[in-house]
Amino acid sequence: MESLDGLVIPGGESTTMTRLIASAGLEDGLREHHAAGRPILGTCAGLIVCDTAHLDFIDVTARRNAFGSQLQSFEADLEVLGAGEEPLRAVFIRAPWVERTGEGVEVLASWEGHPVAIREGGVLASAFHPELTDDPRFHALFMAMITTAQGHEQERGAARG
Amino acid sequence: MPERATFRLKTGLAEMLKGGVIMDVVTPEEARIAEEAGACAVMALERVPADIRRDGGVARMSDPAMIKGIQAAVSIPVMAKARIGHFAEAQVLQALEVDYIDESEVLTPADEVNHIDKYAFEVPFVCGATNLGEALRRLGEGAAMIRSKGEAGTGNVVEAVRHMREITTGIRRLSLLRPEELAAAAKELPAPLEVVQEVAASGRLPVPLFCAGGIATPADAALMMQLGAEGNFVGSGIFKSADPARRARAIVEATTHFEDAERVAAASIGLGEAMSGLEIAPLAEQGALLQHRGG
Repeated sequence: MESLDGLVIPGGESTTMTRLIASAGLEDGLREHHAAGRPILGTCAGLIVCDTAHLDFIDVTARRNAFGSQLQSFEADLEVLGAGEEPLRAVFIRAPWVERTGEGVEVLASWEGHPVAIREGGVLASAFHPELTDDPRFHALFMAMITTAQGHEQERGAARG
Repeated sequence: MPERATFRLKTGLAEMLKGGVIMDVVTPEEARIAEEAGACAVMALERVPADIRRDGGVARMSDPAMIKGIQAAVSIPVMAKARIGHFAEAQVLQALEVDYIDESEVLTPADEVNHIDKYAFEVPFVCGATNLGEALRRLGEGAAMIRSKGEAGTGNVVEAVRHMREITTGIRRLSLLRPEELAAAAKELPAPLEVVQEVAASGRLPVPLFCAGGIATPADAALMMQLGAEGNFVGSGIFKSADPARRARAIVEATTHFEDAERVAAASIGLGEAMSGLEIAPLAEQGALLQHRGG
């Protein structure tokens, strides 16, 4: 994982993913990536995996399946801070929402009063699935974070050199 | 305004299960064992296929009380089986808010001609198929996920292999055809022309394709993934084996790391007895094959 500039933790089942992170021995690599200030994008289960009850990369508490079963899955137009004025189509599938946000956490979007897109340091996370639509704007936010992080790494490298 | 039950939401859940194992469970205790072992979803049914095969009689949708118990026991998605064509069972399952309905040949068919109109439901459906035509007919009826049928309850992977190859080579064949040849192909399969055109253009099904029917070992699971399955359903193979929790973990490991033979080997050690298997030919002679139900 050392050569990665950014890491996407996609949707899936957070219970299953947590077990597989352990059994595949990925946890140390994930922690090193995060500690090095390299960005992470977590969507849906990826958001849950980053919360304080799991990898603790972002100071939020997620509530799993907060909207209910598959019958309550929905898509809606959502305004996302930093993703342009036009709302984007957000696809929520058995989605979580954020129940508690720590001080340094920036809320980029909310649905019915619950944060559903957040950012803190190098971690960007959404309760919805930007990977299920053709709209690249949420991923563009992530790409911008990677470019910034690379700039910082180069500066540090230059300062050392 | 929020929109519900769009096709994107229906296939979207299946997309999230890719690379995972969906395990048949009969009770909440089995569901907990499955979740603990790393299943990405569970399938609630009355009896596992091996028992249905042994006991005979009419196999129906699971008891709603049992389904509720399973839903309360786990946080992963809960699927449940309805009989082919039995749209009232499907309505009950939707009322119970299961996450996916499997219109399954493993249960006794309720209609020998018609499948359920799956567009009429908000809960998504997965359906079995033995070949590409069957898969595309199910898609035409609104299925949001396809699985091979295989031959459930046999612990014999040969039919799943046949069906997965039929489906994937069928897709490759379609993608070689010229546009004007697709109408004849649709007639031959037979399958709705629109779906045929879509698959020919994209070179893949518009929904996730999983394997089901006969997986009993980690190597079986790895085989099916290498043959193009995007995930595995495992039925009797787990809870009819000597050590279900251990075998379940091993099949998850092999499905995740299907290209890493060393990991599959390590996962396969010390699992105890696999479920006892059945030859297909004698079943065919007795007319006991489940895969011919619903075509």
